[in-house]
Amino acid sequence: MSTNWTLFISILTIVNIIACFWLLWWTRKKRPPSQTGDSPSATTGHTWDGDLQEYNKPLPKWWLNLFYATIVFSTGYLVLFPGLGAFAGTKGWSSAAQHDADAAAAEQKLRALYAQFDGIPVHELAANANALALGRSVFSNHCAQCHGSDARGAKGFPNLTDGDWLWGGDPEAVLASIKGGRQAVMPPWGPVLGEQGVTEVATYVLSLSGQQADPALAAAGKARYDTICIACHGLEGKGNPMLGAPNLTDDVWLYGADFATISEGIRNGRNGVMPAQQPLIGTERSRLAAAWVLSQSRGTPSAAAGGAR
Amino acid sequence: MATATQFYDDKVVKQFTVMTVVWGIVGMLVGVIIAAQLYWPELLGGIPWLSYGRLRPLHTNAVIFAFGGCGIFATSYYIVQRTCHARLFLPGLAQFTFWGWQLIIVAAAVTLPLGLTSGKEYAELEWPIDIAIALVWVAYGIVFFGTIVKRQVKHIYVANWFFAAFIITIAILHIVNSLAIPAGALKSYSLYSGAVDAMVQWWYGHNAVGFFLTAAFLGMMYYFIPKQAGRPVYSYRLSVVHFWALISIYMWAGPHHLLYTALPDWAQSLGMVFSLILIAPSWGGMINGIMTLSGAWEKLRTDPVIKFMVVSLSFYGMSTFEGPMMSIKTVNSLSHYTDWTIGHVHSGALGWVAMITVGCVYSLLPRLLQLPGMYSAKLVEQHFWVHTIGVVLYIASMWIAGVMQGLMWRATNADGTLTYTFVEALKATYPYYLGRLAGGTLVLLGMFIMAWNVWKTFGLARRAEPVAIPAPAHA
Repeated sequence: MSTNWTLFISILTIVNIIACFWLLWWTRKKRPPSQTGDSPSATTGHTWDGDLQEYNKPLPKWWLNLFYATIVFSTGYLVLFPGLGAFAGTKGWSSAAQHDADAAAAEQKLRALYAQFDGIPVHELAANANALALGRSVFSNHCAQCHGSDARGAKGFPNLTDGDWLWGGDPEAVLASIKGGRQAVMPPWGPVLGEQGVTEVATYVLSLSGQQADPALAAAGKARYDTICIACHGLEGKGNPMLGAPNLTDDVWLYGADFATISEGIRNGRNGVMPAQQPLIGTERSRLAAAWVLSQSRGTPSAAAGGAR
Repeated sequence: MATATQFYDDKVVKQFTVMTVVWGIVGMLVGVIIAAQLYWPELLGGIPWLSYGRLRPLHTNAVIFAFGGCGIFATSYYIVQRTCHARLFLPGLAQFTFWGWQLIIVAAAVTLPLGLTSGKEYAELEWPIDIAIALVWVAYGIVFFGTIVKRQVKHIYVANWFFAAFIITIAILHIVNSLAIPAGALKSYSLYSGAVDAMVQWWYGHNAVGFFLTAAFLGMMYYFIPKQAGRPVYSYRLSVVHFWALISIYMWAGPHHLLYTALPDWAQSLGMVFSLILIAPSWGGMINGIMTLSGAWEKLRTDPVIKFMVVSLSFYGMSTFEGPMMSIKTVNSLSHYTDWTIGHVHSGALGWVAMITVGCVYSLLPRLLQLPGMYSAKLVEQHFWVHTIGVVLYIASMWIAGVMQGLMWRATNADGTLTYTFVEALKATYPYYLGRLAGGTLVLLGMFIMAWNVWKTFGLARRAEPVAIPAPAHA
């Protein structure tokens, strides 16, 4: 902040506070009517609208003192803390520094708690009750917003308990997803395929997972699939975890299994984003979250909750 | 001027008085609906233009600018004439302000449910309506200040200082905050961006509270309390001190809406310290009002209108103490974003603004219609109790809910994670939303009682004559 702005802010602030103080001092000194010879019930002598008049009683003492007290407090505060433009205050306090200090102190306190899991592989953590309790807390704070507190996801947010993995389900892949995030891209094919093409391809996709589909349309769709979709979803439609391309032959659906939802995905594309957690929660908490997620997935057969997901 | 008898222009006062009651009912009804939506989210079947997000700004605009605004227009036009012993300057322009203001309210009631909004709280209306507001406001200023210029009494009565400060400041706030680049007939983008936009918005937002919802209603209070109590104002000197202190200090308080945000630390500090200095100037008005009634306390037993006024001042004192406390950074870190804020706002809006407005309308209407009193003092008494219980129920629910939310949001486990998810705090708040709905429903019920009483009072007074302007006492 330039010196001029600091002066501008400081002068306005100080003048306003001094003006309040002066106003109080000036009016306070006027003695009550009893000491000036006026009767205490004397009005200012003005009358409006027939009977509207004003007394001129002195300012209540407790009120004056309250006013003074707030002025004294505020003046002290503006000396100690930032307020007058670029002047940082004698304590050198800033909200950013306070945040960093508080965060560092908390981190220091928690280090011992998390240090006990250092070096233990994620798949072993997934069998460690203490690690899982912490992992669940981390998940509830940072992951449940999208994946749900039961980790079963929602439309567009994968169910983590069904044993089906878009980006791979081994501990390293899950940890990589958490730490680095994922960006899945299904390009919009509507402009390329045209509406008829979208219908044909969607019908073929329906047939891949064994759903009822018009054979003629599906056959037409297969031809188009084999030139375009095959690049990511593969010849048999089994997907590719390297790209996050879903398996189209099973009954797990991220957005929905019905014809309309599939057509929409083909026509307009999809952009699934998992934000990177490493910058937010660091490696230790990421590992614990990964362990808890794996513990939720294990032992759960890949039967999805209904055909819709 | 001394030769021909002059008459007050009370037509526009009557028009605004009636619309105060009408918009009060509309605004509070929408409030009750959105309170119910928070308890039953699917209440209106998911119809987009009746969804919470669109009705909420309609509620705030309707109660502040339609109900409160019409109340201010009515009382300021009445008071400025009576205390200047002069007919309104340009009564035709006063009619323009009435019809213009009603048109703006209707435009708000149409555009907000359609989702047309500039996204600025309490300033949601799109740019064509903003321009209309500026025009009506300038006309209001011309009528008001023109009447002051015409006055036959040398001294300008204290109520008029507050109205004058309010009219000038609202014009500045509205124009500066609404500056935007139009992008079509019903869409615009603010001239400001980022933290500057937020600061301009809350400079506007807090001074809308300070000048629209405080200064103007203090003006109302300064006329009707001494009139209704039949007592002189307690202290002229106190009114001078608290007026100048109030209007200069309020200007700074806006940043307390943005504590612990991207706003620079220095601006946050200034917002906090000036909010604290604001306690005494705010209380000056309360002291002057309540002490004016001292010596007439027996009227509390017999005059329900005085009850409205005393309780409104009590809520005013309470919320102007609570506000500075919530501006202290440490307290704000608990209260911010919780329903405590909603409770605070409503102790000001329902306790202070609505009760002083209702009290003043009950005091004003019989004077306008040349009647000894309202149609039924008993109904005024009933309105008082229904309203008061409703307000207490409302703000107590929100206080408990707010403090609880603040504590749940900040609770942490030994491992550093949050103890409660957001949904758990929401679930715990649920019963208090029902308490709030009950309180709001009582307040709305009170407004229906008022509407009936106003209707019957008009029925008693078909023969009201124009009121001749009396000669000033010390001309």
